[in-house]
Amino acid sequence: MTIERAVSPAQRAVEVLGGDLTEATLKRYLDGLPGVDAVGLEQRAASLGTRSIKTTSKAWALDRIIGLIDLTTLEGADTPGKVRSLVAKALVPDAGDPATPRVAAVCVYGDMVPYAVEALGDAHAAGRVTEPGDGLINVAAVATAFPSGRAALPVKLADTADAVAAGADEIDMVIDRGAFLSGRFGHVFDEIVAVKEACRRADGSFAHLKVILETGELNTYDNVRRASWLAILAGGDFIKTSTGKVAPAATLPVTLLMLEAVRDWHRLTGENIGVKPAGGIRSSKDAIKYLVTVAETVGEEWLQPHLFRFGASSLLNDVLLQRQKLSSGHYSGADYVTID
Amino acid sequence: MSFLEYAPAPESTAILDLKPEYGLFIDGEFTPAAGESFLTISPATEKPIARIANATDVDVDRAVAAARKAYDKTWSRLSGRDRGKYLFRIARLVQERARELAVAESLDNGKPIKESRDVDVPLVAAWFFYYAGWADKLEYAGAGSNPRALGVAAQVIPWNFPLLMLAWKIAPALAAGNTVVLKPAETTPLTALLFAEILQQADLPAGVVNIVTGAGDTGRALVNHPDVNKVAFTGSTAVGREIARSTAGTGKKLTLELGGKAANIVFDDAPIDQAVEGIVNGIFFNQGHVCCAGSRLLVQESIHDEVVERLKSRLETLRVGDPLDKNTDVGAINSAEQLARIRELSEIGEAEGAERWSPACELPENGFWFAPTIFTNVSTSHRIAREEIFGPVLSVLSFRTPAEAIAKANNTPYGLSAGIWSEKGSRILAVADKLRAGVIWANTFNRFDPASPFGGYKESGYGREGGRHGLAAYLTSTAKEGQR
Repeated sequence: MTIERAVSPAQRAVEVLGGDLTEATLKRYLDGLPGVDAVGLEQRAASLGTRSIKTTSKAWALDRIIGLIDLTTLEGADTPGKVRSLVAKALVPDAGDPATPRVAAVCVYGDMVPYAVEALGDAHAAGRVTEPGDGLINVAAVATAFPSGRAALPVKLADTADAVAAGADEIDMVIDRGAFLSGRFGHVFDEIVAVKEACRRADGSFAHLKVILETGELNTYDNVRRASWLAILAGGDFIKTSTGKVAPAATLPVTLLMLEAVRDWHRLTGENIGVKPAGGIRSSKDAIKYLVTVAETVGEEWLQPHLFRFGASSLLNDVLLQRQKLSSGHYSGADYVTID
Repeated sequence: MSFLEYAPAPESTAILDLKPEYGLFIDGEFTPAAGESFLTISPATEKPIARIANATDVDVDRAVAAARKAYDKTWSRLSGRDRGKYLFRIARLVQERARELAVAESLDNGKPIKESRDVDVPLVAAWFFYYAGWADKLEYAGAGSNPRALGVAAQVIPWNFPLLMLAWKIAPALAAGNTVVLKPAETTPLTALLFAEILQQADLPAGVVNIVTGAGDTGRALVNHPDVNKVAFTGSTAVGREIARSTAGTGKKLTLELGGKAANIVFDDAPIDQAVEGIVNGIFFNQGHVCCAGSRLLVQESIHDEVVERLKSRLETLRVGDPLDKNTDVGAINSAEQLARIRELSEIGEAEGAERWSPACELPENGFWFAPTIFTNVSTSHRIAREEIFGPVLSVLSFRTPAEAIAKANNTPYGLSAGIWSEKGSRILAVADKLRAGVIWANTFNRFDPASPFGGYKESGYGREGGRHGLAAYLTSTAKEGQR
């Protein structure tokens, strides 16, 4: 492989990096990004985490968190019945309070997409842009040999196209971490461009592409920043922290760093990219810290389902319990929310 | 409703059990003063908090006599190990009463509760723990053989970190075996008086620590008292000069921690987001009432505009207001007098041609407030680039080469602290080597630790506080006495 190898002329990258895109220009650009001081980044994240969100702000935050959740089940043991049950929970998160908002999306393996689409019925967003409170729910599918990404490109593309054809509104792809860590940025770039193309529907529109960086495997914050820019340049609509299968998954400093990349991209081009922390966010308290971080880093206009998501399964129930506590004044217990 | 207008989250003052009136703490008891008492107010609301005694010469004399007696009869006869036990006990009591102390500090000083809670009070406890450990190891402090205490220490502290400066002064003095008469600042005596209650709780022998409240006259009486052996002062350079003059030739050992006009140098290879945070922390921490504040920002020309732009958008998210609200980032200016000085210097900055900018922020009607402010197009000859403003005002200058950065950073009568931002380790070391400042932070700012010495060059004073070096200011040794 030669370093002067041309990479796919993805529109964004051409606009920002200029005409003849090669692996070398891409690498130079990514290596030229300002460094990240780990101590400073973690301090900033910790200080955002000390914001005290009370009363009316807390009530708003809890409802908004629900509206930003990708309710997820990604187990080998998943069944159509489990997926139907997940969809039922997505539609009516709290049986005791019909005013509870619906989640943003359900996130499943590709083969489960038809069942999710069927179970959603009219509530399926089916390509429409959703707003909090419109009751529409997206179907997100993980693809590209999730979670390891260890498959040949044609397999990854078929995986993607299959999910899109089955009605997935969003594709959560994984990057090839091995290629990224060995410095083959062009390879990772080309794959993202190809998967984006595989997200094209018959009518020419695209399923939204979330690019999973698997930050737990990238090791350094500098790598996370480079991978974020790489994913955005290649055409990702969302950058996502983790598969949830690798520890550490989402952390506040990593999410802050990705939000900074998104903020800088907006400053450069005016374009809005989404961010999705996934895995490890289980409590309302933690989720509120993420809302604060989003609002104070990129602005509160990012607290919309098309720009920010939580990838989580157990978070929803904790938020429901907190919501019940806020309205009733006392804590209930695990048996007052449904298990899925 | 906007989510960013977080609902009020005020820390409750119910935890405070304040007396309407406080006397002087002399010989282990609160006693009335001969002078006329004065009110301490909350700078955020201008509401009175408590009535404070004003110590006259007579009261200061009583306090020094109590400290002398305690030194002769008790404290100098205790083993280091036993002194250490008292210090450990004080440290633990500070931790136990941390919330109360934090609320009192924010109320009296105007600093945000998140700072008094997360920075000031934890550091106070850390300082006592650290020097408690030294009390029985003075032989190894590097202060010569057979190190001994000096006697009675007169200590005068400022209003910017009232309780923390108290800890910086009292902890090493007691660990070294001295007794103390301390005068807190006129506008912020509250936490020192609560600390006196902690000393009673800790059963510290009477007279080992005495606290006299009052204004400049009280401080003058204290440092000029013939029976003190050591004077430690933190505050303005003008007062520091006066003290140096009056103690000259008296045999009193003197340490001064005075003003500063620190340069915060940002190179083009800096971690830019963290540098912006560091700039904000450097100058807006504690409303800029920090002697080591990074009040002169030196940015490399090639990234000047980008840094200023990022800094401005970051400042838009700073929350100015009620110091007791847990989400407040910038609190109240400590006094009307200080506010007037900040305003005056800012107006001079504008008149001299610098460009002034503040984020849109609503300031409360009562109390003393000043919006975070940055000046661009500042020249080295401008007064806002020369004089210590001691407020939330940043002067931005640019430089082209590292040599120019160093020259500009050093071109100040002060020399307390400096900051360097670069991802290149060799550059950090090379630049740090050439800066004339007592404390140099690399890729961070305003970080304090009891194990690290702190102090200045030139008009920023002399002597070191903190660490092993901080003990030397309170010790003498046989060898050193022989040299006299």
